[in-house]
Amino acid sequence: MTEAFEILFTASFWVAAIRIASPLIFATMGELICERAGVLNLGIEGIMVAGAFTGWFTVYMGGDLWTGVFVAAMTGAMFGLLHGFLTVPLGLSQHVTGIGITLLASSLTYFTYRILLPEVTSPPKIEPFQPFAVPVLSDIPVLGPALFNQTPLTYLAYVTVAAVAFVLYRTPVGVAVRAVGENPSAVEAQGISVTAVRIGAVMAGSALMAIGGAFLTMSAFNSFFFEMINGRGWIAIALVVFGSWRPGKALIGAILFAAFDAYQVRLQQITGGIIPYQIFLMMPFVLSIVALVVVARRATYPKALMIPYQKGER
Amino acid sequence: MRLEPRTVTSGAATILWPAGAILATIVFSSVLVMIAGASPLTVFWLVVKGAAGSQFAALETLTRATPLIFTGLAVAVAFRARLWNIGAEAQLYLGAVMTVVLGTGAVTLPSAGLIPLIMIAAMLTGALTLLGPAILKTRFGVDEVVTTLLLNFIVLLFVSMLLEGPLKDPMGLGWPQSKRVIADAQLPRLIQGKRLHFGFVLAVVSAIVVWVIMKKTVLGYEMRAVGHNAEAARFAGIPVNRVIVKTALLSGGLAALAGFSEVAGLKGNLTLDLSPGYGYTGIVVAMLAMLNPLGVIAAAIFVAGIFVGADAMSRSANVPSYIAEVMVATSLLTMVAAIMLMRYRVRWR
Repeated sequence: MTEAFEILFTASFWVAAIRIASPLIFATMGELICERAGVLNLGIEGIMVAGAFTGWFTVYMGGDLWTGVFVAAMTGAMFGLLHGFLTVPLGLSQHVTGIGITLLASSLTYFTYRILLPEVTSPPKIEPFQPFAVPVLSDIPVLGPALFNQTPLTYLAYVTVAAVAFVLYRTPVGVAVRAVGENPSAVEAQGISVTAVRIGAVMAGSALMAIGGAFLTMSAFNSFFFEMINGRGWIAIALVVFGSWRPGKALIGAILFAAFDAYQVRLQQITGGIIPYQIFLMMPFVLSIVALVVVARRATYPKALMIPYQKGER
Repeated sequence: MRLEPRTVTSGAATILWPAGAILATIVFSSVLVMIAGASPLTVFWLVVKGAAGSQFAALETLTRATPLIFTGLAVAVAFRARLWNIGAEAQLYLGAVMTVVLGTGAVTLPSAGLIPLIMIAAMLTGALTLLGPAILKTRFGVDEVVTTLLLNFIVLLFVSMLLEGPLKDPMGLGWPQSKRVIADAQLPRLIQGKRLHFGFVLAVVSAIVVWVIMKKTVLGYEMRAVGHNAEAARFAGIPVNRVIVKTALLSGGLAALAGFSEVAGLKGNLTLDLSPGYGYTGIVVAMLAMLNPLGVIAAAIFVAGIFVGADAMSRSANVPSYIAEVMVATSLLTMVAAIMLMRYRVRWR
């Protein structure tokens, strides 16, 4: 039993937790931006698949790692544009469109993968991002290596949270994004286009989701395989609710969730097969549902979430 | 740009917009086929031939359409009441689990009694699977999209656990698969020696029953009212939460029938690859059918045809069969857009 407890004080455990959290942080911030602007983006799961593939493939073709991240982000933004176009000016059901985007993005990815790499049996590997120890900070016991001996992409995740929080709460753009998610007609009265702000937010958010996917192929692992996103997108949606649509809280949620995930893997090794491994794999998903139930009662949704906006309509 | 409801939808618009959606899908997939280095005409001809070019092909398409009719109905019923059941996959698998639990020898009855018993038990299992998210929605305000999506993963892991544990076939050479259902629990084949089974008839009958429920009963009226405007329905005295729960039970039960019919009619046992995403494809089927239960039959056959045809095509032409998934996803997006444009006029201003 003490063994199960001691895990929590090892640096390697927290290093793993932050590594697991990184793609979730990108995806959660991406979804948060979309929903703050009033658009639910269920395309997230497929956009992460597409980002994971395009980022990895760019590097496989000889591109720079950061070029790969950029290509992934652009891919995400393109799917975001499609989702935005269908749900904002056309006002289509955000649920149905989102599922459609997920189906389209993942099937297009698999199709492209088969065309570009027809003969491979095991996916080729790339040279992924390497951990970079931040001088001084990484020497802090336990937390130092966990937070500051990660790959540059994880550091980008920290920067993303700070940037999203800053932009949302401290800049005119952020005010506009939050306002179109709460009271779009007031924004229109200011002479700002609700359509433009919403589509922009969905594109930016989708770009972050795709980087989250790319983290898996370019930092956590070094190749692309099918089913690798494995529900992380849906978990990010739960994390947005859990974080009550606030970047800071969502970040804490993502790290707690990842810590739990890292913990169940280690617990699995300790218990040595007495409990079926599927129980452990289930726990993150069960935890997400429990977390949703706990916060749902006091959750304050963006008021215009999932409500299409029509100019001149009240 | 803004949308304005059309006062009258002209006959031309009801044909031209959906036709445009299909055309857009064909154009987009043609581009992909050309990127893959094949000729679109040849490829589409091979898809059509593979889906309907022979008795074997046509029967295969109907066989593949069977689970899609069930999941399509499950989604159509739920979406009509704006209950976003994205968890048909989970309900399908648990229906299949119940089929295997009762059908592999635990209960011995003549097939006239055993099959209905298993069917009802499977439906109840599926209904209960969706009851959880429905109650979380009505009681705690938890969004059912997320809970049903997450349940898909939980249930698949649960099934995996069962197939490596209590439900594992001891004669299965170590594969994670269940025992085969006994002869009395099997749905008969419709044509001797062919794969098409009685599940297809059940699916068509279910579609008709659901159509009657939706059009002719109070429950159907209430479901449509709740889906149209929950606030107004509540104001009119409709018990909204109770209607949502009833919808969930019906929807979950229908999805579970897909699992039941795949096991009892086609596969004979339960494996982890019983469904290649029938639950998710059911969403496409329901939307293509514009949530009409009878339309679900046609939409399911259409979608099944694309999958079966593309499988056959990819064996002879050098185009990955994933083109089918792309076509189905594209047709979903273009069709929902077309339906919107059919009902609304775009004003550029």
